[in-house]
Amino acid sequence: MSLHLSKPGILDLSGGDKNDMKYIFHLQLEALVVEMQDPKTGVKGSEQKLNVTTIPHVITGKDIVAWITNKMKTTAEEANVVGTMLVAYGYIYPLQNHKKLVMCNDSSLYRFQTPYFWPSQKWVADDSDYAIYLAKRNIRKKGLLEPYEQVHYNHLHKWLNHKWDFIVMQATEQYRAGRERKKPDRVVFDCQERAYWILNRPPRRTHSALDCGPDRLIDPNASEKESFDLYRRMNIFYQQAIMRSKVKSSVSLGALVKYVTTYKTHDPFLAPCLPSNPWQTDSDAYWTLNMRSVDLPTKMRVERWSFSLFELLTDLRGRDDFKIFLKKEFSGENLAFWEAAEELKWGTASSMKSKAETIFKTFLAPNAPRWINIDGRTMGLTVKGLEHPHRYVLDAAQTHVLLLMKKDTFFRYLKSPVYKDIQKKALNPEPHSFSPAQLEQNAQNRSPGIHPIILWKQEEEEKAKAAAASAPVDVKAMMSKIDRK
Amino acid sequence: QKVLVELKITFSQCSKNERNYKTTSRKYMRSPLSPEMATQEVQLNETLAHLKTESENLKSKLEEERAKLHDVELHQVAEKVEGLGQFIMKTRRTLKGHGNKVLCMDWCKDKRRIVSSSQDGKVIVWDAFTTNKEHAVTMPCTWVMACAYAPSGCAVACGGLDNKCSVYPLSLDKNENLAAKKKSVAMHTNYLSACSFTNSDMQILTSSGDGTCALWDVESGQLLQSFHGHAADVLCLDLAPSETGNTFVSGGCDKKANVWDMRSGQCIQSFETHESDINSVRYYPSGDAFASGSDDATCRLYDLRADREVAIYSKESIIFGVSSVDFSLSGRLLFGGYNDYTINVWDVLKGTRVSILFGHENRVSTLRVSPDGTAFCTGSWDHTLRIWA
Repeated sequence: MSLHLSKPGILDLSGGDKNDMKYIFHLQLEALVVEMQDPKTGVKGSEQKLNVTTIPHVITGKDIVAWITNKMKTTAEEANVVGTMLVAYGYIYPLQNHKKLVMCNDSSLYRFQTPYFWPSQKWVADDSDYAIYLAKRNIRKKGLLEPYEQVHYNHLHKWLNHKWDFIVMQATEQYRAGRERKKPDRVVFDCQERAYWILNRPPRRTHSALDCGPDRLIDPNASEKESFDLYRRMNIFYQQAIMRSKVKSSVSLGALVKYVTTYKTHDPFLAPCLPSNPWQTDSDAYWTLNMRSVDLPTKMRVERWSFSLFELLTDLRGRDDFKIFLKKEFSGENLAFWEAAEELKWGTASSMKSKAETIFKTFLAPNAPRWINIDGRTMGLTVKGLEHPHRYVLDAAQTHVLLLMKKDTFFRYLKSPVYKDIQKKALNPEPHSFSPAQLEQNAQNRSPGIHPIILWKQEEEEKAKAAAASAPVDVKAMMSKIDRK
Repeated sequence: QKVLVELKITFSQCSKNERNYKTTSRKYMRSPLSPEMATQEVQLNETLAHLKTESENLKSKLEEERAKLHDVELHQVAEKVEGLGQFIMKTRRTLKGHGNKVLCMDWCKDKRRIVSSSQDGKVIVWDAFTTNKEHAVTMPCTWVMACAYAPSGCAVACGGLDNKCSVYPLSLDKNENLAAKKKSVAMHTNYLSACSFTNSDMQILTSSGDGTCALWDVESGQLLQSFHGHAADVLCLDLAPSETGNTFVSGGCDKKANVWDMRSGQCIQSFETHESDINSVRYYPSGDAFASGSDDATCRLYDLRADREVAIYSKESIIFGVSSVDFSLSGRLLFGGYNDYTINVWDVLKGTRVSILFGHENRVSTLRVSPDGTAFCTGSWDHTLRIWA
């Protein structure tokens, strides 16, 4: 029996779908399948006995995988993946184990699906067709339906009751037409049809690739209504983009490479993490050593603080160390202001007003106890903005303070005795070397660690204590107290 | 004349140095502070055709400017970087418990707990290290496509076909009914595709099938800022890791990846080089670039400072869409979860594929690297989650 392909690539790409890359893979799969059936260069098929009948053009999984491996010049495993996709999308169907839509790289038997049943066909497998199919099988032999099919059948019988006569008539017609075919042809067609419905009405636990999930709603091909508004917006956007300062590729790409090089030894996928990766050895020592409030951090952690101010501030343990340094320099107010501004920015909308007031009193008001030294212009802007405080009112001041810390304070910190001290004292854990028996042990005794909620509560308590301890000291009052003495 | 007047108003406000970042429904992009533009000769012929031509001219001028600065390719710069060795990445944990397709997952900052959501409405919080399920909530809707863990570790957010994003505070008491304390925060006019907390538990950023993104105040449910600009469903978003933390990137069905200013709601950069829906966007760890994964079977890298696409990660044998991408800690590796059930690992600098991982029995729908980079987790339509290291 020669495979009669009316036209390969039945997917109709006219109109909007022409741009629908989503479905281009159907074309690729179809092209692949057509090539695989080439009598000279395709996959070699043979006749196989299925029950009593002999079916032509049966191929084995390993032949398919070998052919794809050769064609795509890749490994057998990747070829297997492509093979599985061909089965999952219904271009090839398994003869044994017909509900498992995977490609097995062994002597499992498969056949090519007839193009009539290809998923790229535009017609949707609707419920009436399914009802006719189930009814037809019921006519042939009662009790032939599997339990999940019986459920479908009962359901459809209820919902399509109004056209049930038509369905039974169609089913009977098809059954009679089937009887008139030769037995091998009938068996082949039955297999093809069964494969089609496994794909479109998958039984539980069958992974059919046609199961796509909810539809995307807005059609991007429907062009946005062309209006003055649209073009004016676009033009302003383009003008802005043209004027925005851009950097030469060599500079920005160089920066990307530099980042990778800097962090290379810190990436657990590229360098072993000490003492060991918890997921690999089931020992959580790595996490315990790197907890938030550990007394002595590890050398790697301390090294990471030196990479950028951002790293130092993001690691709260690093921020603590930075604060120790700032206290010694009597310049803690910049960081305190930055932290307060962060609290404002990321806080609840309702707390905005009170936070803004506190910040003004503490940092910005004339003679404020923790007055920050920023330039007059920024100060003026910020104070004016605080009259009607909003989330980003401190942006200018915060940026100024951050830049100051980044360009000056941070580098002095790295050269300071505080940092050098912690560098010396930092721990350098020995890499673990667990025996297989020990690894077994570890796997049995995985530690639950401390729950993040508990850690969070502890952190909040610490913060409250710290805030109370460094509450705005009324310098003037303190001074006058000392004077009076 | 109309156009010029509006520009003038913008400038005079700016010249008073009062940047107004309050929520605004004005769709006009703000021009930067530049008195030159006011005196620039702008064609004021209001015919649509004229504007259209101007638009095309500006577009080519932008391309020209970009091209002038394009002096080297990424793989050229990467030539001096040493190659990567062989990788042994295996499944270290398999989390079974969802009764249906896993759609989304997120890591807790404690580096071991995760939250995952599935098609049947279940949201589960796991300690992935011990594989214990700690909490389970059943949402009143199916297809919970988005979930996120709060930075404090004390709450999770999720949403999907209910068009909402809800926050559930977690509790130490395993028997407590979390649904009782549920808080509805975001409200869209179509499905929720992604959500993320910002630097605190108090704000959530969402993206939706209605074509918009939005920033919400958790406590009051108030809309703080909305982001309009996508022409179709927005499918994904990611917040910038920079210390200023004021931008995020989103990807949509209109094949565009847009970078937004969270304060003003404006789109500041836009990239349209993919050939199909963008399913996932993720910032490079330094914040100066981002990667995207799309239904066109490619992942791409975009350089924000040079304002261009700088790499395409694709292979002839990979024909199925990418559902999810993420970087390793150093940014050297890009992990992609694909619809053909596999995970491909790419060398970001050299553009080659270093590894392909098998294990899932249906499409990989979500992929995230853990906060300390020790592992990455994948969720799949085969109902399971896997931790790889």
